[in-house]
Amino acid sequence: MHPSTWLKTDDTGLYCEPGEFYIDPMNEVATALVTHGHADHARAGHNSVYASPETLAIMKTRYGEEMAIHQHAVTLGKTIEFNDVKVTFYPAGHILGSTQILIEYAGYRVVVSGDYKRRHDPTCPPFKVVPCDILITEATFGLPVFKHPPIEQEIEKLLHSLRVFPERCHLVGAYALGKCQRVILALREAGYAKPIYLHGAQLKLCDLYKQLGIDLGELIPVSEVTDKKTLAGEIVIAPPSALADRWSRSLPNVRPVVASGWMQIRARAKQKNAELPLIISDHCDWPELLKTIEEVNPKEVWVTHGREDALMYQAEKMGFKARALSLVGYDEEEQGGD
Amino acid sequence: MEAFSHLLEQLYFTSGNKAKAQLIADYIANTPDPDRGWAIAAMAGTLRFDFFKRNTVKKLITEHSDPALFAMSYDYVGEVSETVAHLWPYSKPTDSLPSLTEVVETFASVSKQKVSDTLANYLTVMTPAQRWALLKLGTRGLRIGVSARSIKQILADYGDKDIKEIETLWHAVHPPYVDMLRWLEGKAEKPEIENAVTFHPVMLSHPIEDSDIEAFTENTWQIENKYDGIRVQLVVKSSKAFNDRSIDSDTTNEDDPEKALFSRTGDDISHSFPDLLESVSGNMVLDGELLVIHNVEHDNNLSEGSTAQGITTGNTTSDKSDLQASSIVQPDVDTFNALQQRLNKKKPSKALQSSAPVGLIVYDALVLDGKDLTEQTLKTRRLALERWFSKTDNKRLFLSQTLTATSPESLRQLHTDVCQNRAVEGLMIKRLDSKYIPGRPKGKWFKWKRDPLVVDAVMMYAQRGHGKRSSFYSDFTFGTWENNQLLPIGKAYSGFTDEELKKLDNWVRRNAVGRFGPVREVKKELVLEVAFDAVHPSSRHKSGVALRFPRIHRIRWDKPANEADTLANVKALIES
Repeated sequence: MHPSTWLKTDDTGLYCEPGEFYIDPMNEVATALVTHGHADHARAGHNSVYASPETLAIMKTRYGEEMAIHQHAVTLGKTIEFNDVKVTFYPAGHILGSTQILIEYAGYRVVVSGDYKRRHDPTCPPFKVVPCDILITEATFGLPVFKHPPIEQEIEKLLHSLRVFPERCHLVGAYALGKCQRVILALREAGYAKPIYLHGAQLKLCDLYKQLGIDLGELIPVSEVTDKKTLAGEIVIAPPSALADRWSRSLPNVRPVVASGWMQIRARAKQKNAELPLIISDHCDWPELLKTIEEVNPKEVWVTHGREDALMYQAEKMGFKARALSLVGYDEEEQGGD
Repeated sequence: MEAFSHLLEQLYFTSGNKAKAQLIADYIANTPDPDRGWAIAAMAGTLRFDFFKRNTVKKLITEHSDPALFAMSYDYVGEVSETVAHLWPYSKPTDSLPSLTEVVETFASVSKQKVSDTLANYLTVMTPAQRWALLKLGTRGLRIGVSARSIKQILADYGDKDIKEIETLWHAVHPPYVDMLRWLEGKAEKPEIENAVTFHPVMLSHPIEDSDIEAFTENTWQIENKYDGIRVQLVVKSSKAFNDRSIDSDTTNEDDPEKALFSRTGDDISHSFPDLLESVSGNMVLDGELLVIHNVEHDNNLSEGSTAQGITTGNTTSDKSDLQASSIVQPDVDTFNALQQRLNKKKPSKALQSSAPVGLIVYDALVLDGKDLTEQTLKTRRLALERWFSKTDNKRLFLSQTLTATSPESLRQLHTDVCQNRAVEGLMIKRLDSKYIPGRPKGKWFKWKRDPLVVDAVMMYAQRGHGKRSSFYSDFTFGTWENNQLLPIGKAYSGFTDEELKKLDNWVRRNAVGRFGPVREVKKELVLEVAFDAVHPSSRHKSGVALRFPRIHRIRWDKPANEADTLANVKALIES
């Protein structure tokens, strides 16, 4: 039976009928398989949740210990069964704990990529190429204009700016889960050893990363700094939304910096009031998406959240059968990783 | 080119005007001639030619990349230059990019057939940011949030001069501004401009407030119709001597014309209106409204009198001015709709010139018979203008009529009365003691526009916006009901706040049902209260109507779509 007859989308998300589970559902459901901890994929209140141990830890950090009644930590690469459906989680390289999900049923292998990237990320194992019949891929940056530069180059822009504007507080807008820690680690790799200051919203997850053995160096909450003037010439990391709000006014001579894949587009950077846009993404850029389709080499490509049209067009051009799978609710910049 | 690209990059992402001015001043101080002059021209919008056309760029990129992917990318990015900058498939970085001047000169001299190849070669050796700078420069589409006025202020500050000096000089000096910059640096005399036909910065009005209306008193203000055409400045120096042209050979010597028509912002639009320009002579600078006027070939001797035709709205005043009533023909003015066919036509056909002849309703004079009047009061200027009109035979020029009101109440009544006439879009109310001050001085001139018309329409299609709104769904087509069918009546892309834009964008993405290229069809569920200035019959639209300047007035999240207006409601608003 072709997967289009048993793998369906509705207002809640992607549903596997014979296995009776949702993947990354938007609403509370009986059984949810969660690819990673970003808020638009991982919601609280399900009866049963299956996810990687790190993703469960992230969900508990965010939603409390009671985030779901039954919490099942899966082992990557180990197959579990839901009725006649076999399910295996594999690493996706997106953020800490992120996974793709292989579904096997009725002679078909379907891979739901979740969000993923192909670049090196010290917080998670690399994306694994899993052969399948149908690849359901995200398309957040599914346009050929998106070519993410090496992260080292972007971090160097930030360090350069610190040298040119030593009197300005460099306020970096970065999503609290994944992006924030990746920026910190890249700064450390570039030799930046000074303390990095954090907005309150970044603290809990950074603590979790530390507990899970990821060394982020010295981090200081901004709230513990009594004389905010001393933050001139320092790096402060906050959620992107905090750049424009009242909170940032207490900081001295702020230089707004935004770290996001969207920063490649000038108007987007401008919309976020970024003076220094850093193109740092936890998603695939266009060449990575194409490379993945080639390497996985499925019979069909289903494209979800993002710029589906272009990726479908390109996949067809490359000889794959392609279709759009419209999933509601993802790709909301404010809550998703970018 | 590196320095210029770097400057643009910084300007683009810097938000404060002061910081931008610092960056530009720093660039001017540290960049040699003539590069800095070309950069000033690029930023102030005074480059005289496109290096290449937008179409050349589009053609080039579609030859070198997949056209469908380009179209989808462009739809998302919202700007051709940036899309091309990212999509250009070849990259051979070099350490020695050409200078800005070299780029300008290359495109100025290259043959038409070579333009595309030249551009391609440049794109290949540049980074995406430099490509963007080149493309914006070459199509004269630099949008870096710095107005021409700011550039003049920056130059004035740079040379420690009054901005007025720069303003008057501005349209007589040409890129790359070597003489002007040398003067600003105290290394040369001020450039000589006496005989040039140049634009004089115009005086602008503020929207009137209730408190201004309440403070209205008789004999303090000059009241006129606010005409529904375009504001222009007519500069004529018929007696100009021909032997005093600058012989400075290193500046591009344009034909120095003896008359010119400028838009409000100083764009030379003479070429579009040869009928008007051919008909005028004298030595004057007039401020007025350009309109389609059907009796431009009137004969003064057969004057039909001041109230016989056209836009007269009662209350014709002839106080202190017998001249006006006796010798001035009233213009037979057509609507803005009629004028629109003449706008942006580089070479209007004879047929068009005769079916839609243009004339000027003059409301002010900066110079008359060679005499500068800008330091005089409006009252004095008006008298001079009336006197001048009594003896001129410029048939396409009409004196703007003045109206009277004696109190705030009668002013309100007058506003209601004049708005009955669709060729008029309200009142202008100007202090009689106001000097002619460029810019928008406070409390001197007011405009009082007619109240907008509104209808409740249903959103039908949405498209992504450009520029600041790129990648948001911000262009909306809306329709009204005829029987059980919605017919599109117009498109709006303004009137909402940034917050509302986000909500609209979100709504579109959640309620999209179809796609036609970049256009998304949406569920016919959201009611938009649309405001507009007028409705005209139109054969180009299936609905048979065209709205003037439609904008979103309110979003009616609460209103069911079947309660939106009918097409018949809209048609009832058409003024005959």
